[in-house]
Amino acid sequence: MSKENVLKVENVTMQFGGVIAVDNMNLEVDKGEIVSLIGPNGAGKTTAFNVITGVYAPTNGAVYYKGNKIIQNYPQGKMKKLYRGENPMTYTGQHAIAPTPDKITRLGIARTFQNIRLFKSQTVFENILIAKHMLRTSNIFTATFKLNGKEEARMRRESEELLHLMELDDVRDEPATSLPYGKQRHLEIARALATKPELLLLDEPAAGMNPQETLELTRFIGRIRDDFGLTIFMIEHHMDLVMEISDRIYVLDFGKPIAEGTPEEVRNNPRVIEAYLGGAQDE
Amino acid sequence: MSTKKKTAWNAGLIAALLILLFLLEQVLPSSSMLFTVLKKGAIYALVAVSMNLLNGFTGLFSLGQAGFMLLGAYTYAIFTIPVESRNSVYQYFDGGIIQFTLPVPVALIAGGIVAAVFAYLIGLPVLRLKSDYLAIATLGFAEIIRAVFQWDKLGPITNGSNLLRNFPSFRSVIFPFVAAGICIALIVMLINSTYGRAFKAIRDDEIAAEAMGINLAHHKRLAFVISSFFAGISGGLLAMYQTTIQASMFKSAMTYEILLIVVIGGIGSVTGSCISSFLFIACSEWWLRFLDNENLYIGGFHVPLLRPGFRKVVFAVVIMAVVLFYRQGIMGTREFSVEGISNFFKKKLSGKKEKKGGSSRE
Repeated sequence: MSKENVLKVENVTMQFGGVIAVDNMNLEVDKGEIVSLIGPNGAGKTTAFNVITGVYAPTNGAVYYKGNKIIQNYPQGKMKKLYRGENPMTYTGQHAIAPTPDKITRLGIARTFQNIRLFKSQTVFENILIAKHMLRTSNIFTATFKLNGKEEARMRRESEELLHLMELDDVRDEPATSLPYGKQRHLEIARALATKPELLLLDEPAAGMNPQETLELTRFIGRIRDDFGLTIFMIEHHMDLVMEISDRIYVLDFGKPIAEGTPEEVRNNPRVIEAYLGGAQDE
Repeated sequence: MSTKKKTAWNAGLIAALLILLFLLEQVLPSSSMLFTVLKKGAIYALVAVSMNLLNGFTGLFSLGQAGFMLLGAYTYAIFTIPVESRNSVYQYFDGGIIQFTLPVPVALIAGGIVAAVFAYLIGLPVLRLKSDYLAIATLGFAEIIRAVFQWDKLGPITNGSNLLRNFPSFRSVIFPFVAAGICIALIVMLINSTYGRAFKAIRDDEIAAEAMGINLAHHKRLAFVISSFFAGISGGLLAMYQTTIQASMFKSAMTYEILLIVVIGGIGSVTGSCISSFLFIACSEWWLRFLDNENLYIGGFHVPLLRPGFRKVVFAVVIMAVVLFYRQGIMGTREFSVEGISNFFKKKLSGKKEKKGGSSRE
């Protein structure tokens, strides 16, 4: 199988004041893979996600999506003096690319959040329908005067289909926040899928789930990867889940990548065991 | 209930309302307080709904409404004062520099457009702010606009701090109802479109909305400009209702009145804003008037405490009571609809056997 690179993170450093949250991170995700990012609390995993999705502009480094550079920055202004990371000169002089998160999503990178962020006052169906807004071709006038009937019907039909696929039909008109926790996670993933992404970033999808729910989620993630032809990059703490479905794993500690490889390789890597203080080996 | 049936019901209700208004006008004397309340109520309903679009549906806490109404009112007045009476209106400024008039509907829409253009320009820097900071900035803008319009140097256009008068106004209560009704209908259609859904998403969670591909800056600006457009039109209508306008009328107190209407009606409910607008105007202008009468006797009993201005005290207490007992406002985020009413009665009729229906959600 020829490997097609979907996501490439190159020399990314994220420094907040004097704190380096992500230190010179390099990673690659290929098409169709499920790649996990693991590490102890505070290792900088979510920060890495936030850099990739445009929430933060990195202090230094670049991100590529399907071979195109989508994010790039170098230490500027006050950061020039403060910067303590590596490769400070690599990107200097090239102009900074700092897209807002919505632009990243429109490129085809959807994400979920560690602490669930559903639209609270909306129903399950509306939550998914909102995600279809970005795929509109109507403008505000045609939308207001209902001249976009076909498109509106398509949005609704696709959302219904997605609800069905996610097995959320029965709670279609419930307020999103009234769902049980596990279902809210499913809904968040469904909402991300509604933007028709090619790369899905999951931030701790199994957080707060019991073993039974985690098992279901494991199957679910595998299924959506196949059904939607997705590439999945996720942060996760549940080692069962990570070891079971990941093709490759990156391990982060104190912002630095300390190991990478297949689940088997990572499991036996002494540096990883050390970082987790033996926490991961008795899985 | 099918969509067709709903539309038929709504059309029927609107027709009935207009016929009722028409009949009332034939029967009651035109000086009746009822008409004052209806006219002003309709205009305030429009501006309240436009504010609700911003505060209730997009989650942008803006207090600039009086400023945008001022822009609309002045634009309307300036472009509709008949050429022959310009000399007497602009007596200190040699008749002003604008020597033509526009038809009334065109001038009203022009008022909206001027307000929208200003909103766009103000929005560029101001919409980067959040919550209370946005409120302070927009409030400041409204105050600045008021001061600028009173400036003598702009006299040839704005007549300085003097009154603008002699522009066309309306006599019938039908006109403000139809004008405000059309505008409110447009806002409702917008809210029910895919853009309305995006606005609500921004209100619920900005970060999630952005992650769903919604361009925050663009959509916030849209909501701000559209809200200001309709505030401008309502300013034009207010000018017509009052027959004279002056920049000093559009104080921040006016914005607070509108905010109060929105809060009492329910933040996020269009029909709530409309209902509370009429209630608010009726209370402040009509129903509590008797409290200002110092010599009120019930039988032989002289009611104490009453004096001019006392109604404002009672009014404040009433508002506090409403806010205390209806935390979410009269309507919350629900909407008043034919379907909701019919479901309500069905439920009543069939007793507790059927646990379905209730108020509809938009």
